[in-house]
Amino acid sequence: MYDVLIIGCGVTGAAAAYTLARYDLKVGIIERFNDVACATTKANSAIMHAGYDPKPESRMAPLNRRGIALAKEICDKLHVEYKPMQSLVIAFNEHDMEEVRALYERGLKNGVSVKVLDHDELMKAEPAINPAAIGALWSDDSAIINPWEFATAMAEVAVLNGAELMLSTKVENIKKNADSLTVVTDKGELETRYVINAAGCHSADIAKMVGDDRLTQTNMSGQYFVLDKAEGAKVNSVIFRCPDENGFKGILVAPTVHGNLIVGPDANPARDGDDVRTTSDILTMLKARGLESVPSINYRNIIRQYAGVRPTTQIKDFTIDISPACDRMINLAGMCSPGLSSAPAVGEEAARLLSASGLKLRAKESFKDERPPVVHLASMSADEKRALIAKNPAYGKIICRCETVTEGEIVDAIRRPITPRSIDAVKRRCRAGMGRCQGGFCSPRVHELISRELGIPMEEIPLDKDGSFIITGKTKA
Amino acid sequence: MERNYDVIIIGGGPAGLAAAVSAYENGAKKLLVIERDREVGGILNQCIHNGFGLHHFGEELTGPEYAGRFADMVAKTDAEVVTNTMVLDVADAGECRKVSCISPERGYCEYTAGAVVLCMGCRERTRGAIAIPGDRPAGVFSAGTAQRYVNMEGYMVGKRVVILGSGDIGLIMARRMTLEGAKVLACVELCPYSNGLNRNIVQCLEDYGIPLYLSHTITDIVGKGRVEKVVVSRVDGGKPIAGTEFEIECDTVLLSVGLIPENELSRAAGIEIDPRTNGPVVYENMQTMTEGIFASGNVVHVHDLVDFVSAESIRAGRAAAEFAQGKRVGGDVITVKNGDGVNYTVPQKIRPENVDKGVEIFFRTNRPRHDSVIRVRSGEVEICKFSREHMAPGEMEKIRIPSVLLAKAQGEITVCVEDKEA
Repeated sequence: MYDVLIIGCGVTGAAAAYTLARYDLKVGIIERFNDVACATTKANSAIMHAGYDPKPESRMAPLNRRGIALAKEICDKLHVEYKPMQSLVIAFNEHDMEEVRALYERGLKNGVSVKVLDHDELMKAEPAINPAAIGALWSDDSAIINPWEFATAMAEVAVLNGAELMLSTKVENIKKNADSLTVVTDKGELETRYVINAAGCHSADIAKMVGDDRLTQTNMSGQYFVLDKAEGAKVNSVIFRCPDENGFKGILVAPTVHGNLIVGPDANPARDGDDVRTTSDILTMLKARGLESVPSINYRNIIRQYAGVRPTTQIKDFTIDISPACDRMINLAGMCSPGLSSAPAVGEEAARLLSASGLKLRAKESFKDERPPVVHLASMSADEKRALIAKNPAYGKIICRCETVTEGEIVDAIRRPITPRSIDAVKRRCRAGMGRCQGGFCSPRVHELISRELGIPMEEIPLDKDGSFIITGKTKA
Repeated sequence: MERNYDVIIIGGGPAGLAAAVSAYENGAKKLLVIERDREVGGILNQCIHNGFGLHHFGEELTGPEYAGRFADMVAKTDAEVVTNTMVLDVADAGECRKVSCISPERGYCEYTAGAVVLCMGCRERTRGAIAIPGDRPAGVFSAGTAQRYVNMEGYMVGKRVVILGSGDIGLIMARRMTLEGAKVLACVELCPYSNGLNRNIVQCLEDYGIPLYLSHTITDIVGKGRVEKVVVSRVDGGKPIAGTEFEIECDTVLLSVGLIPENELSRAAGIEIDPRTNGPVVYENMQTMTEGIFASGNVVHVHDLVDFVSAESIRAGRAAAEFAQGKRVGGDVITVKNGDGVNYTVPQKIRPENVDKGVEIFFRTNRPRHDSVIRVRSGEVEICKFSREHMAPGEMEKIRIPSVLLAKAQGEITVCVEDKEA
C-alpha cells in the first residue's frame, strides 16, 4: 500500500515528489513516458516568470511568486542551470502602452519589482530591440532556466530518498475502496491511500476516473524556433510582446541557459494533449513576429523547431484542490504558464492539501536534499580539465562536437539516479546532440554508449518515446 | 618563444592528410595532425562506394581506399598523428599559433606551431535548419548519419525510404539502401534540377527505377513513434503550391539538403568568414585573413570531388610549410568578386606577387547552363574568358588565369557567367 501515488512526472509531479520526499511516506510516481519531464516540461519558454501576468485574485499569482523564490534556492542547491535575466514587455503603440501600464499595476499588486521604461530607457536596457518600440514593462524578478533539468533534479532527489518511479506506465482507471484507492495501470494494479493528479494535459481525464468531472481540457499548442548560439548572444533579456486578446503572453524572444535563442510560441488549440507537431503557417508567422521585436535575428542560424502543449482547462487558472468527488485525490491541474515558475510552490501546496485531507506528514530524519553533481567539462579551467582527464580518460573523449560533451559526461548521464533509456533522454541529461548538427555526428555514438552501459541491444534503444525505434534490423552479412 | 611544431593540421580527413604530406615534402618536418575521430580518413571511411580518385590517382577507388593511400603517405613521413583528439581553441600567439585540445591519452594540451591548417570539413544541414514541419518521430536521418549506421555499424535504418534533396550523399544512400533490401520510394528535390553529380543520378536513381521529383518538397512529416508517412508538394520558386499535395507511406526520411563548412573554431579564432561559402576568406595560397592560419577542403567551400580537396590541400600544406619557414607574401591584393550567375569564388583574394604561372579560381554556377561563357573582368576591361558546354550547381567549376593576364587587373576582378551569343 502506497501512502501517495503521483500520476505524472513533469515538473509539477516532480515538485510534489520532491516536497513529499522529506516526509516519512511511501511514495510512488507513475509516468506514462519512458522518462521524466517528457511533455510540457520539456517544451515551453524555459522562463521563471516575474509574476506580473496573473491576476492578483488568481491561484496563479501567489504561487508564481512563491514558486520563483523556491526555484532559485532549489536550482542553487541541486545545481540546476538557472540564470537571472531581466524581462521586457515591449510596446509599439499607445494601445500596447496601456497594456504595459496595466501589467505594471498588476505587478505592483503581486509584489513584483517592475518599472515602465520609455523608448530611450528601453534601448539602453536592451540595445537589440527594434527602435520602433516606444516603451516597455521591465522587471528583474525573472530568470531563465533549464526546465527539464529542474524537473529531473527534483525527481532524482525524490527517488534517492525512496520514492518509487514507474516509467512507461499508463493509468487506465482509479477504483475507490473504503479506505484507499486502487490505481489500475497497464502494468498492474496499485493500492494507495492518496493520489496526486499531476497529469498535465490529461489531468481532466484522471480527475474523471474518481467522478470529478468539473474540468474540460482546452490544451493549447505553442510552437518555437531554436537558433544557434551566435543568435543567443544578441540579446540580454527575455523579450515579450504584449499579451494577445486571449490572455496568452505575446510571442517572446529569449536566450536559453545554454546560450541559444528561442522565438515563440503561438497559442492555438492542440488536436490532443500530445500534439507536438509544427506547421509551416505558424512557423512563418513566428519568424515575422520575432523580427518585429529583434530585427537582427538571422534565421539562417535556425537549428530546430519544437512544439509544446499548455495543459489549460476551461477554468483558465490552476485547479489545485482536494477533489470534491473524492477526498483522496489532490488535483494539480490546469498547470499552464506560469506552471513551471510555480511548480515548487505547487508541490508545497500538494503536501498541505494531503495533510488537510487527513494524511499525517512526519519529517523523515534520513532525508537528504542533494543529488550527485553533474560534471561539465566545457565550463572548466585548463587545470581542472587536466586533472579530470588524468583521473578518468573518458572525460578527454569528445562525443558531441557541437556542445563539447565527452564520453565521461555521457556515461555519467546514463548512470544517474533516473536512468535515461533513449537518445533524447541522454540529450536532456547532458546536452549531447543538442547543438547545431542535431546529433548528426554523435547520435550513433551515444546510441552505442547507452547499449554498452545498460546492456541493451542497439535495436531496442529508441530515439525518444517508446516506439520511436531507430534501427530496423541488421545489414546483409 | 620555442614552438612545438612547424605546422599543426586540424583534421585528419582527406584535406588534413593531403596538407600533411605536402607540408612535410615542403620542409615542415615537425608536423602534427589532430583527428577527432577514432581513426584518420574522415567521412571517406563510410563512403564505401567507388568513384574516388579518378583525377588524383587516375583510377577508381572506394572512399576508404582513397583515404588509405593518403594515410600511408603520411605514415611514411615523420608527422605525428593523434586521434580521438578534439581541438577546443585556436589562437594567434604573436610569433606563433596556439592550439588547445583534449584527448583521453594526453588529457588537456596546448601546442604551438609556426602555421596551422584548418581542415575540419563540413557537416550536414538538418531537418531543423530547413524547418520541415510536422510531427517529430524517429526515422528522420541526415543521409550521412544513415550512411554511418549502415556502412560502419552494420544496422539498417529503415525499410520504406523517401529521400529529400538530391545531394550526392542522398543519391549514394538511395542505391545503398536499395542494395540492402529497403524500398526507396522517391527522391524529392526542391530545385528544378538535381544538386548531385549527373553520374550519381544515373547510377543511383535511374538504374534502380527510383523516381526523382524535381520542384517538389516534403511539407509534412507524420508519425507518432516512427515516421508513418510524408506529404509531398510541388513548389514554385521554392514555395509549396496548395492543392498539389500527395502522400507517401514510408518509415524513413533521409535528408541530403546541403553541407555546411564547420567553422566554429575559425569563428572563435576571429578568422574572417565569407557568408557566401560559410568558410574562411582565403588568399591564392589558402591562407585565411589571419596570418599563419591556412585552410583547405570542405571547411573552405563544399567540394564535389575529393580529388579537388586533395589538390587544394596540397597547396595549403605547401604554403603553411613555407610560412613556418619564414616566407612572407606581400604586395598588392586583388579582390575576386562573384558576378551574374556565380554563387561564390575561392580564393576571394589574390596577391599577384605570389602567383607563378597562373592562378586557379573555383566557383559554382547558380543554375544548370549549356553553351555559356565565363568572363573575368576588372572594371570595364575583360581579362579573359572561357567557354563551357555544360555547367551545373552540383559541380564545381575551375578556371585558370595566366599571370600575364592577371597583370591587367586593377584592384578587383569579377567572375560571371553568360549565355553564349547565338
